[in-house]
Amino acid sequence: MTDTFSRREVLAAGFGAVMLPATLSAQPAARPAEFKIGVTTFLSGPASVFGVPSRRACEMLVDQINAAGGIAGVPVRPIFVDEGPGTDHLVGEIRRLVQSEGVHALFQSISSGSCLACTPLSRELSKVNLLWDCGTQRIFEEGRWDYAFRTQGYATPEVLAPLLYLLRTKPDIRTVAVINQDYAWGRDSWEIWKTAMDALKPGVRVVAEMFPRFGSTDFSTEITRLLALRPDVVYSTSWGGELVTFIRQATERRLHERTTFVLPVAEASLQILGRSMPEGHIIGARGDHWNNHPAPRDPAAFNAFVNAYRQRFNEYPIYPCHHMAQAVWALKAAVEKAVAAKSGGWPSDAELAAAFRGLTFPTPTSTITLREDGQGLEDQIVGTSSFNPNFPFAVPKDMRLYPAAQVSAPVGQKSTDWLKTLTPALIQSAGQSI
Amino acid sequence: MKRIEPFLALALAGAIIAAAVAAPWLRFVLTIALAKGIAVMGILLLLRAGQVSFGHALYIAFGAYTVAFLAPRVGDAAVLLPLAAIGAGALGLLIGLFVTRYRQIFFGMLNLAMSMVFYSLLEKLYALTKGSDGIRVEIMPVAGQALDRIAYEWTIFGIALALAFALALLLRLYLASPMGEALAGIKTRETRLEFMGVPARGVLLSAYVLSAMVGGLGGALIALTSRHVTPLLAYWTSSGELVFIAILGGAGGVLGPFMGAIAYELIRVYAAASFADAWQMILGAALLLVILFAPGGLWGMAARAVGGRGR
Repeated sequence: MTDTFSRREVLAAGFGAVMLPATLSAQPAARPAEFKIGVTTFLSGPASVFGVPSRRACEMLVDQINAAGGIAGVPVRPIFVDEGPGTDHLVGEIRRLVQSEGVHALFQSISSGSCLACTPLSRELSKVNLLWDCGTQRIFEEGRWDYAFRTQGYATPEVLAPLLYLLRTKPDIRTVAVINQDYAWGRDSWEIWKTAMDALKPGVRVVAEMFPRFGSTDFSTEITRLLALRPDVVYSTSWGGELVTFIRQATERRLHERTTFVLPVAEASLQILGRSMPEGHIIGARGDHWNNHPAPRDPAAFNAFVNAYRQRFNEYPIYPCHHMAQAVWALKAAVEKAVAAKSGGWPSDAELAAAFRGLTFPTPTSTITLREDGQGLEDQIVGTSSFNPNFPFAVPKDMRLYPAAQVSAPVGQKSTDWLKTLTPALIQSAGQSI
Repeated sequence: MKRIEPFLALALAGAIIAAAVAAPWLRFVLTIALAKGIAVMGILLLLRAGQVSFGHALYIAFGAYTVAFLAPRVGDAAVLLPLAAIGAGALGLLIGLFVTRYRQIFFGMLNLAMSMVFYSLLEKLYALTKGSDGIRVEIMPVAGQALDRIAYEWTIFGIALALAFALALLLRLYLASPMGEALAGIKTRETRLEFMGVPARGVLLSAYVLSAMVGGLGGALIALTSRHVTPLLAYWTSSGELVFIAILGGAGGVLGPFMGAIAYELIRVYAAASFADAWQMILGAALLLVILFAPGGLWGMAARAVGGRGR
């Protein structure tokens, strides 16, 4: 890419710019003085347990990147927006970020509802949109987006991997009960689990489906019922304060001694639970970034990230921190790729978006590839809760790593349709012990 | 003051249009503000009778979900808007039949309960409503005209502004009519009203249905603007927001809700832009200042400024 453009190409580009609406044309973009990112995250409300740590991680990484000279020589500045006030406010804020602040890329959001509302704006505003944490499978299965990419895994692998782990380690389960928060994620994650379970191990009986109100603080009724029903497995994708409360109330009444919990999003609550998390239950992290990962791809980089975060904020990073970091690293990789493709010139929005498609970027634990539909392939590691002297909280042992491609629905297929095609053979073939 | 009101309205409309032209991202915020202003006029109507509804977000959410559900089948904003208003009016009649038996705190709380029932239904009937993820509303033709995004947004903005004018005028006429004057009678002494042979419940019920209809319209406009509806629209905080706007704007005149809604949205946007962590505190402080120093709200302040009497 060292040759200059021919006159014909320049003319064609010029005519193209005149003929196309201003927002669509690939205008020659000037190198900005700073690269602004609009970041939507929960700064208020219950989900701020995810939002505030992720914001810290973002600030820390941006400081590190700027200290090292920025992305492709351009310093980065994040602008944070609170997801708390709801959709109509957030949709307005996205417009403000793009049209008034002039951000170069958007990182959104934690809530699936926010993602579903805001992703279409990426097309309307022609701005790169990195879905950094929300898990809904609906985004890329129900629509096609040229400017939106998810730099992490999503609901289907995050539920399927713990299920495969359960069926491998406890092949004789006969009954299961679910206790999920009563909102979209709670319902969706149960539908995925149920569909996959019916395909992988037909005949497991569902003895209770419980969806306590979002924000519940008392689970005594549910626990009483679970104690009476004695299911082999209690499945819960609850998170934050509710998961902590449920585990504490359940262990107090010794529910954990007669049943196995499967908790795909437990990782973010384990530090708060500390020693009150019981051992021997199946825990997931929405990815492969456990603090005790036995074999990260780049141990030095992994330790550097964890230690820098610990030093600055006096706690271990939780999965939203890693997801935020993945978005930052993906952005760095894509901008550098796009700049290199233009031999040092600055890419337009469309060129930047094109750089994301098919991008493979390194994370300290592995690499993530963005598929052609925009979905990122993030490996999943599931394990059994245990204690070891290095951590004051539960960490997994007997970990199994599930490569993302094995547990994600293929491009163009709906998760629920794909899950129905799974066969019991997958239980033995999927994943590897690490 | 009454004489100046139309000019004030025109000046306000001019300022809104100027702001929407100058800053494209403000057009969205102002359309939402107009929609909320329309809905808050319903609160104002009930405030005339001394009743505060803590559950009017129910009608906003009903109007918004009417649009979301019918959009794939009907797919024309010009048809959906009246449908949302009629639907919300019918629901308002049904609920109004028994909530208008109650006054004061009981009236407020019953409304709150109703809106929370609707909120729970939207969350629980997951298969129908997609729960908290909400339903997306695509850009749709308006009166048979297929529009691109920019034209569509301007059209909805224009419709919101036109509706705001028309409804404010209608409401002003209504408040000046015997039916409207009787509302003030409910506030001062309901028994006297009955002695005069005016059925207080009927008066309140008709005001309630009207307020439900404007609520539905406001909700439909919100759905057409934000193009994504979630159950949060019916949550009690949204109802609180409407009462907040009513207090901020002042209950003295029909311009109050619009002044309140615009001030509310702008304060929120600028507070969120400057202090992402503390926007709630800034909003709260603004409300406290208004309550302490301008009990008549923004409308009262404007009225005092032009030398009139702001009720």
